[in-house]
Amino acid sequence: MGPVSATAYAWQLGECLLAIALAPLFAGWVGQCRAWLQNRSAPPLWQPYRVLRKLFHKDAALATHASWLFRLAPYAVFATMVVAAAIVPSVTTELPLARVADAIALVGVFATGRVFMSLAAMDVGTAFGSMGARREMMIGFLTEPALLMVLFSAFLAFGSTALPRVVEVVLRQPHIMLHPSLFFAAVAFVMVLLAENARLPVDNPTTHLELTMIHESMTLEYSGRHLALIEWAAWLKLFNYACIGFTLFMPWGIALHGAGPGLLALAIGALAAKLAVAGAALALLESVTAKLRLFRAPEFLTMAFLLAVLGLLVHLLLEV
Amino acid sequence: MNGIASTTALTASLGLIAAWLVLGALGLARPNSIRWVARTLFPVGALIALGVAGAGAVALTANFTAQTAVLPLGLPSLPFHVRLDALSGFFLLLLGSAGAGISIFAAGYFRAGEGTAPGMMGLQYHLFLASMALVILADDAYMFMVAWETMALSSYFLVVTQHRIPEIRRAGFLYLLMAHVGALGILLCFGVLQGGSWLMTFDAMRGAALAPAWASAAFVLALFGFGAKAGLVPLHVWLPEAHPAAPSPVSAMMSGLMLKVAVYGMLRVSWDLLHAGPWWWGLLTLGVGLGTAMYGAIFAAVQTDMKRLLAYSSIENLGLVFAGIGLALLCRSFDMRLLAALALAAALIHSFNHALFKSLLFLATGSVMHATGERSLGRLGGLIRYMPWVAALALVGSLAIAGLPPLNGFVSEWLLLQAFLQTPQIPHAFLNMIVPLGAAIVSLTAALAGYVMVKFYGVIFLGQPRERALEQAQPAGWLERAGLSWLALGCVLVGVFPQVALDVVGRITGQLVGATVQRGPAPWWMTPLASNQASYSGLWLWAGLVLVVAATFVLVRRLYHGRVRRTPAWDCGYRWQTPRMQDSAEGFGQPIRHLFGPVFRMQRELPSPSDAQPQYRVQIEEHFWHALYLPLSRFVQRTAERVTILQGGRLATYLLYSFLTLILLLVWVL
Repeated sequence: MGPVSATAYAWQLGECLLAIALAPLFAGWVGQCRAWLQNRSAPPLWQPYRVLRKLFHKDAALATHASWLFRLAPYAVFATMVVAAAIVPSVTTELPLARVADAIALVGVFATGRVFMSLAAMDVGTAFGSMGARREMMIGFLTEPALLMVLFSAFLAFGSTALPRVVEVVLRQPHIMLHPSLFFAAVAFVMVLLAENARLPVDNPTTHLELTMIHESMTLEYSGRHLALIEWAAWLKLFNYACIGFTLFMPWGIALHGAGPGLLALAIGALAAKLAVAGAALALLESVTAKLRLFRAPEFLTMAFLLAVLGLLVHLLLEV
Repeated sequence: MNGIASTTALTASLGLIAAWLVLGALGLARPNSIRWVARTLFPVGALIALGVAGAGAVALTANFTAQTAVLPLGLPSLPFHVRLDALSGFFLLLLGSAGAGISIFAAGYFRAGEGTAPGMMGLQYHLFLASMALVILADDAYMFMVAWETMALSSYFLVVTQHRIPEIRRAGFLYLLMAHVGALGILLCFGVLQGGSWLMTFDAMRGAALAPAWASAAFVLALFGFGAKAGLVPLHVWLPEAHPAAPSPVSAMMSGLMLKVAVYGMLRVSWDLLHAGPWWWGLLTLGVGLGTAMYGAIFAAVQTDMKRLLAYSSIENLGLVFAGIGLALLCRSFDMRLLAALALAAALIHSFNHALFKSLLFLATGSVMHATGERSLGRLGGLIRYMPWVAALALVGSLAIAGLPPLNGFVSEWLLLQAFLQTPQIPHAFLNMIVPLGAAIVSLTAALAGYVMVKFYGVIFLGQPRERALEQAQPAGWLERAGLSWLALGCVLVGVFPQVALDVVGRITGQLVGATVQRGPAPWWMTPLASNQASYSGLWLWAGLVLVVAATFVLVRRLYHGRVRRTPAWDCGYRWQTPRMQDSAEGFGQPIRHLFGPVFRMQRELPSPSDAQPQYRVQIEEHFWHALYLPLSRFVQRTAERVTILQGGRLATYLLYSFLTLILLLVWVL
């Protein structure tokens, strides 16, 4: 570790705040695209901010026998996602804190958030809460191996598990992206992203049917500022996952170490463009797929796992 | 540092072990007094444990050279040899630091009228501790086996503390049986290792030049013998029976400490005495380890008894440890020393971590059992409100065992995954494709462990009490809390300063593999491979999480408000909520039963729709019982019955046998 300048910490903080600020906008954009694709009149782009404002102003209603864990969990979940946002390079690779956790540790950070959420869901002791916790943990243990295999085949190509380093490698030798193994890994990653972020076809983020819920049923007992933090954390998670995807599979536009303000502005523009495309694609994907039965979800995720393994084998057979 | 301190460390550890034995004997002075045995002697035992940990730590300092001594004990021609080196120092450190927490807890835990008299129990307890330390220090096969058997026997007596219950007697018998089957393997292993010289010291075995086939035989025997103790599938069957039967501090000692002694034995034999070997040793150990890890995790997820759940989770964790050892052996055989050091470091740190968090959780179940009298998950719930301390400390243990950053379980799993990430470099055309897939099993196991721990913690401590009586649960006493806090502190510290742990095990990898992983720039930074390749900092992650939680909390209060309204639980407007509507332990395990159905032998009783009082019952057993152990026991039984034909009970027949034998021998001699 060389000496890190104060500006680097400023960029770090800026990038983190940018992620926190942009995450609801990204969620709003996905919602808007979905509405357009389904011929509904779309809510405004800043609808998520309004939701947050409304929730923060409301009183938090707590179940009488909710414990301290229930009150701590929204903050803990939000904190894990903010820390993850500080680690994932979205705009610049000049992130002194990105070294705190490499991609494998990042998977662990996400798992921490998931476990806190599930524990909180069990705390009130309602039927839907524990059902959601159990389902969330099931999806969790199915996605983790798939995600790890994606990271494996990606990092075999790039030679590092540190995300900023990956960006640097790719930007200096762009032909690496032509490796066919990365194609398999990318498809598997998209499937993992859908499952991890409670999107169709594994879970429906807009469902009102309790018995089909996964993520939503864990938040049923939350209200007010706690619910606001949980929603925000969920949007931030989607944002983080999108940025991990950009880092691994299309890092162009991210400013390298030592870039000037002009390049950084350009990087923010590139991020916005990538998010716009990714959000539209996500909305399209969600509009053309139907929700799977819960016990079909393992098949979906096994497929993601097998694709990632295929990527790994393709790399070892063809690319070494 | 060199000479004097080193010799003192060995002498001191022997003296401390003797002190444990004295302590045990002192308990017999007033065998029925809880005040004397538990409240007075056990805390002293905890202090001695700290001393043992200190002696072990000295052996791990940079300038330490291995120390040996010959004790005036044992047979005239076979005196006891002892040796303290980095490897045994590390396991003494593990034994002492986790043992101190367990002893403090036990001081508050044991009560009169629970089976064996306290004095007797204190003797068995300290004998168990001392024998484990002696196994670790032993430097010849004779002393090793004597200490090993003492360990098995003293723990057997501790398991059957409540010997009036038939199930506990059965569990104890199974444990004793498997312990001896395993000990037989180890004995044969040493028999092979002496290589015809009949010298039983480890020094001689180290120098013996074995033919490759004999070395492999010794290795397989060691894997069998130590694997039986460590609970490797399919030799694990005693573990889920014996651990729940024992009192909780004893379960903690068996799971947290004794299984680690088996790991120590495996490392001593395969790395130190056999100097590693061909690649298939590694692949075998890796395969068995990964299979065990996965199997343990799946079975832990469907358990309904909290101590059985933890026992299966121990099987899982020991599987991960052996996977690390196997990977290290594999890499060593291709002379990839750095990678071997990384995998071995992961295995060692995981052993240490498991000693901390598994002891913590077993002890927490002890507190829960004392407070509620319940072991079945289906009758617990909501204890976070009645036992806040135990709940908070058990949360640390649960998160740590689930392998979540920034606690200690994550550190070792991260290291193991980093080691797997490098395995495509193995210069073997197929191994370089198969071995990386092991990482998927490791991560699946880690994620399943998360599932198991959400179930364990959620069903016991969260939700609403499933029984009325739970509302009277009393919090644990201060000694119990102190023991739990000590172990939880260890979980946090190893998680925050992972590089310290890496430095410590670096001495062992230096001794066994001849390489150490790259040092991180600070105690809280790990960069085991190269600084720009993979890095992790526990302290920064902690700081980040705590900072964001605090900042969010303050900002939300400042910008908005902190108002809270208490209302009944909403549950989508359903008014007739009862605690019975929460997930039971069976319910929470349902997805696992569904996904891994063929792994279980399941018997279900489903209620019919018209049933007025529906009862649902599911019983899960292992295939191994019905496919392997029961046929084996039937075979032994039948053979024994056939042999009894020889025993007619008539003196004349027996004389005839002697006569015939004599004639046969005469014929043979002539």
